[in-house]
Amino acid sequence: MDGEELTAQETALYDRQIRVWGANAQRRLTKSHILVSGIKGTVTEFCKNIVLAGVGSVTLMDDNLVNEESLNANFLIPPDENAYRGKTVAEICCDSLKDFNPMVLVSVEKGDLSTRSTEFFEKFDVVVIGYGSLATKKAVNEKCRKLSKRVAFYTVDCRDSCGEIFVDLQDYKYTKKKLEEKVECELNFPSFQEAVSVPWKPIPRRTAKLYFAMRVIEVFEENEGRKHGECSLLDLPTVLEIKKKLCEANSVSESHIPDSLLERLITGTIEFPPVCAIVGGILAQEVIKAVSGKGEPLKNFFYYDAQDGKGVMEDISNSFTS
Amino acid sequence: MDTQQQQQQSAIQGAKVLMVGAGGIGCELLKTLALSGFQDIHIIDMDTIEVSNLNRQFLFRRSHVGQSKAKVARDAVLRFRPRINISSYHANVKNPEFDVDFFKQFDVVLNGLDNLDARRHVNRLCLAADVPLVESGTTGFLGQVTVHVKGKTECYECQTKPAPKTYPVCTITSTPTKFVHCIVWAKDLLFAKLFGDKNQDNDLNVRANNAASSSKETEDVFERAEDEDIDQYGRKIYDHVFGYNIEAALSNEETWKNRRRPRPIYSKDVLPESLTQQNGSIQNCSTTDDDDSTVSAMPLLGLKNPQELWGLTQNSLVFIEALKLFFAKRKKEIGHLTFDKDDQLAVEFVTAAANIRAESFGIPLHSLFEAKGIAGNIVHAVATTNAIVAGLIVIEAIKVLKKDADKYRMTYCLEHPSRKMLLMPVEPFEPNPACYVCSKTPLVLEINTQKSKLQDLVDKIVTAKLGMNLPLIMHGASLLYEVGDDLDDIMVANYNANLEKVRSLCSSDTGLDLAVSHMFVFSQFLSELPSPVTNGSILTVEDLQQELSCKINVKHREEFDEEKEPEGMVLSGWTQSPATNGESASTSNNENAVDVTESSSGLENASKKRRLAENQAENDKKETENVESDDDLMEIENPVMVSKKKKRVE
Repeated sequence: MDGEELTAQETALYDRQIRVWGANAQRRLTKSHILVSGIKGTVTEFCKNIVLAGVGSVTLMDDNLVNEESLNANFLIPPDENAYRGKTVAEICCDSLKDFNPMVLVSVEKGDLSTRSTEFFEKFDVVVIGYGSLATKKAVNEKCRKLSKRVAFYTVDCRDSCGEIFVDLQDYKYTKKKLEEKVECELNFPSFQEAVSVPWKPIPRRTAKLYFAMRVIEVFEENEGRKHGECSLLDLPTVLEIKKKLCEANSVSESHIPDSLLERLITGTIEFPPVCAIVGGILAQEVIKAVSGKGEPLKNFFYYDAQDGKGVMEDISNSFTS
Repeated sequence: MDTQQQQQQSAIQGAKVLMVGAGGIGCELLKTLALSGFQDIHIIDMDTIEVSNLNRQFLFRRSHVGQSKAKVARDAVLRFRPRINISSYHANVKNPEFDVDFFKQFDVVLNGLDNLDARRHVNRLCLAADVPLVESGTTGFLGQVTVHVKGKTECYECQTKPAPKTYPVCTITSTPTKFVHCIVWAKDLLFAKLFGDKNQDNDLNVRANNAASSSKETEDVFERAEDEDIDQYGRKIYDHVFGYNIEAALSNEETWKNRRRPRPIYSKDVLPESLTQQNGSIQNCSTTDDDDSTVSAMPLLGLKNPQELWGLTQNSLVFIEALKLFFAKRKKEIGHLTFDKDDQLAVEFVTAAANIRAESFGIPLHSLFEAKGIAGNIVHAVATTNAIVAGLIVIEAIKVLKKDADKYRMTYCLEHPSRKMLLMPVEPFEPNPACYVCSKTPLVLEINTQKSKLQDLVDKIVTAKLGMNLPLIMHGASLLYEVGDDLDDIMVANYNANLEKVRSLCSSDTGLDLAVSHMFVFSQFLSELPSPVTNGSILTVEDLQQELSCKINVKHREEFDEEKEPEGMVLSGWTQSPATNGESASTSNNENAVDVTESSSGLENASKKRRLAENQAENDKKETENVESDDDLMEIENPVMVSKKKKRVE
């Protein structure tokens, strides 16, 4: 259909998944280029999944040096100090990922994601920011949106036993088969900036509390100049203060966001591997959908909380106000 | 770390865990368990690694193909968590060494299996050993995780599982309407007839009015004379099964009154006069064996792409070529081959044969890739669902270890969100009081005791339906049947007691040895057994390995509907929801899960809720099939798959 046939080797390797999404989707996957930054547990899971699925290339960004902490929830780093000393997380993970599927090009890009020019992102079809700051997420999303080609943009964040995924596919067309007919569908996604500035008041009350709680934590880390997850129980009073302000500004009651949830999010700084597997799995599924143009995508937030076991989609856009 | 987390961590570190299966879910599970801090993990898997595993079983590499999954998975995980204990067993979980005592040493058992049979076996051992079980399954983007704790939640078998599809014999032999019927014919009848055990019953030849006398003749058609030219022989088979047999079937006018008439196809109309000239390659090949699995007809015919649709001529060429290759290169295996989806030549032959038959009956043709999926019952699988399911298993396993019974959940992974949920947790059900496995409720068997043999009872009910591995059947105090190489003392005693009777029935004056009498009893009608089984008889069926015993009340019945009850017997008792029996029964029902009030907790209400939820899951499944495939392309083999969905947890 579009481009070359799959090789015999590809057909044999990808047999079981071609049976799920078809040969055309597989062809599109093999031509896609993915940029990933912030390689902790959930992103590790995500990378494993898309490398196995057979995307064209994966570019890794994470200049943090490997230390004891980065070993947690990361199966791509062998716990041998002699092997990882002096290497960055991206470098070590790159070596392991290459091994998973020799047909995927895995490479490392050094430097800071937030300072990259708009043109830099043009090389990619998908950009995933793991554990990014509010400013980085906003800035990169804006750059992706400026490009003439559509770059699918995702953020992912896990704290305690909770996870959040954000998706921006801009104006996205896809086909789905309803019974025998193919139906053309179109979705319009808000930008990250738009999605996190939606007034809270009109948002339905049954919406996942995590949406609001994550916004509070985001603002806290931004205001205090903290890195992702750089917080403890000592910060609770400040966090509650921010929550109060945000609730007031949005004219909603403070009961909107349970204090206990905020406490979990700032104290649970060690990643919980089962949640990484779940959220990293959902994220990979969404990226595969967007690249292959097959199936209804997630719009535009996903939340998982191991405490109640629900994995929920929330559509947060300005449609509430109109 | 707060005290709660510390408790959790010590529960994890002190746990001894058994994993059954090191495949798609298994690889993900072993990784997540190790990362989560589990220290003592045992893993059983009988399989070895294949190329088609590598797209998702990420602990394996190309260089591992052919090695034990359990062992390679262990080694791979030890590389990033070297200090934990992982024991691997390259063995079948149904082996006798994995008995109740073996299971008792574990705090929790985690299943990542791919077949109903093994799942049921493990369920029974977990019940007998009183060890909690976390069960799982995936198909494409769908998946589920369930928790089974004896006495607290339903066991894996509290609900009947959809049985693998079977087709009425005459649909396969004479009136196929779907491609899958042609596949079954090509695989189970034609392939088996030509290359399999010659002594097996085979319904290949249509029973046509005027063909009754020719049964002897037709037998000979399939025999190849020593000096018979392979090409000639291939054409003879071709003409017989696609030409003559169809012609014979057409003579049966009654059959075609309301059906589309098939078209007989003869080789001379499709194939060039002589193939041997074009394909000299074959003749030149020496008959000494190279690697069997690589023998293939496709390259000889210039066919490369398995996803390409072949026309009638191409299929016919592949048919003849594959048949010839079997005789030229794999002669030694002929007579004891069974279809294997990883046997390229077998897949080519079956694809071609099914397509020619499909052409004859006006059914759309399929590519080799698709045909292979149908013939091999291949479960389509992706890494992501397995990873998600593995994460969910670990979350439930930790709750089980902490004995957090209130928090146990079954979780369904959906492809299309239901009430915004992609991961839907559901409260586990209580044990089903009508379950013959965990509640020991008697079953009812309707059977014609005068026409059914003990063997039918063993094969169709005890093995196939009850999933017993080492069964023993008692009628009152007498032992009717016991599996095993050596007959033990009880058996001997009982046989001796019955021997006189057996002898007289056999009207043989020479002494029967035990094995012969065993065989003899096996082929005896139920009502004529030494201890006759008739209407009202109560049988006890036991499996000593599974430590499961159940009672069967026998009801004699004369007639059975050949189409609807092809087995000639009906087992019932624990079945609750007749709606799920037929594949078409529940799919047309579009009412979505309406909330059912929880006021009454009676069984009836529970099963009603279950059924409402099932429809919703069924719809999701239907949609999936429509999105991903032709209607009859996928046989959702995976038995645990969303055939049920329950009350949502609020």
